Amino acid sequence: MANKKTLMEGNIALCEGAIAAGCDAYFGYPITPQNDVTGHMSRRMIELKRVFLQAESEIAAINMVLGVAATGKRAMTSSSSPGVSLKQEGISYLAGCELPALIVNVQRGGPGLGNITGSQSDYFQAVKGGGHGDYRVITLASASVQEMYDMPQLAFELADKYRTPVMILADGYVGMMMEPITMPEKAPEVKTVKKDWALTGCAGRKPRKILSLYMSDGLLEAHNRKLNEKYSLIKKNEVRYEAVNTEGADIVIAAFGIAAKICKSVLQMAQKDGLKVGMIRPITLWPFPEQAFADIAKTAKKILVVEMNMGQMVEDVRLAVQGKIPVEFLGKPGGSIFSTEEIYEHIKKI
Amino acid sequence: MSTSKKYKRPESLQETKHLYCAGCGHGIIHRLVAEVIDELGVREKTIGIAPVGCAVFAYDYFNFDVTEAPHGRPPAVATGIKRVMPDHVVFTYQGDGDLAAIGTAEIIHAANRGENITVIFVNNTNYGMTGGQMAPTTLIAQKTATSPFGRSAANEGYPIKVCELLSSLEGTKFLARVAVDKPGNVLQAKKTLLKAFQNQLDKKGFSLVEVLSMCPVGWGMTPQAACKRIQEEVTKIFPLGVIKDLTV
Repeated sequence: MANKKTLMEGNIALCEGAIAAGCDAYFGYPITPQNDVTGHMSRRMIELKRVFLQAESEIAAINMVLGVAATGKRAMTSSSSPGVSLKQEGISYLAGCELPALIVNVQRGGPGLGNITGSQSDYFQAVKGGGHGDYRVITLASASVQEMYDMPQLAFELADKYRTPVMILADGYVGMMMEPITMPEKAPEVKTVKKDWALTGCAGRKPRKILSLYMSDGLLEAHNRKLNEKYSLIKKNEVRYEAVNTEGADIVIAAFGIAAKICKSVLQMAQKDGLKVGMIRPITLWPFPEQAFADIAKTAKKILVVEMNMGQMVEDVRLAVQGKIPVEFLGKPGGSIFSTEEIYEHIKKI
Repeated sequence: MSTSKKYKRPESLQETKHLYCAGCGHGIIHRLVAEVIDELGVREKTIGIAPVGCAVFAYDYFNFDVTEAPHGRPPAVATGIKRVMPDHVVFTYQGDGDLAAIGTAEIIHAANRGENITVIFVNNTNYGMTGGQMAPTTLIAQKTATSPFGRSAANEGYPIKVCELLSSLEGTKFLARVAVDKPGNVLQAKKTLLKAFQNQLDKKGFSLVEVLSMCPVGWGMTPQAACKRIQEEVTKIFPLGVIKDLTV
């Protein structure tokens, strides 16, 4: 299939990626910096005779997603940080009800109303639960406009495969920057799976029910154990990361999303100066690439975690490294962005 | 030839025991919904949405596809389902805490969009499932688990009249209030529910039937006294009848 190269904004690439991946319905609510997603979908989904609806609230939007997901069709919502906080109840229900769906967080600075520039301070919210109950959300971190286009496809496939909500954790910078991307001339055929649990009306079969309430003795325990088995399988099968210049590296940077993109330039600066600096970029934040960090701790001297927050993913890196080598942290909170120079200066110091 | 009718279980009801308290109205309302769905012949294309509250177990009682929804969110869930399956019959079954308190935004906007769904709104003037707390529909002076001195307008405001509130929205096409306290009212309730579902089949738009229902345990009275309370107190504040009908 022929490919075409085009210049695109991250938020728009996300929409086109979701459309190519067969997204049947989109529900959103205005919030910056994800507004271009809702705006673009409001035109494109209607043109394609698919479902677009601007919901009355973030809460309504995620529950409209839940309704569509219950029918087995592909549904998506997007928001930015405060809006994603509001969606957490619904995400917990999606996990409990074992419904596949795509949630996108184009992160902005927090806490509270924060600001509207890109940030990475919702790592904990995305990866450690966010909502109530013992559940996990597959979390994909996009670091480029190309990934904004590619990830919805992967997200929907993982969601369907495991019957679970998947989040794309982007940020205001990745969402609003423009880059050339490559996309197929014609979208490939959407891979769907048989959904023998979906509510489609009980013609010719027994009625189905979708629920997360398990009142009788031991039922909820059994349900949680079943969910956990699924999460173990995801941890085993779906870890994704990118390793750059890690072989023989003295210092290994750990960074995701926009921070990783900036660090790529830092790697080039280091290489030019003859410093052995590599990077591990987690693509799945959950499941976290624990083994990659455990392995690198055997060869590298030091890990530097670079995040646009005050230290969130660094906790997972430290858990994976288990004290074998020092794990240092360089953070930038509040929606501010790193310069390559300040990261490189820090590396030279350590 | 005999003309007598045999009283039998509607196909849309599962053969199972209800967990509802003695004298509760939910059992009657479930049966009416099931009878209506049977009579319209739409069981195999119906998707119900159960709320959080006493009717959460509706998915164990109805014999068609049902999903759970977070507290107050059934109208949003119904919107999602109906938008991708416009030819299916989609209804929500919600209590007064679910619909008129935590879910106020969802019901108002689903109604205002004129979603072609049917809403069954069970008003028993309290939160039954959680132990009889005050609801937005609790009458003035009514004692509940969280208004032990009686609901006071000064502290807690007034009972919300959902049908009247929604009637100003252009998206609402059919709004009616019925009760299940006595046989005549039960028959009227069934007729009204039938119309609310027929409206959906005819793509007429948003229909809501408010059903005044007994909660003897929550109200601290016998089933007989609860029926009497509906007639003597509840219908005085929530009058029965068609509040709005733009379907004719």
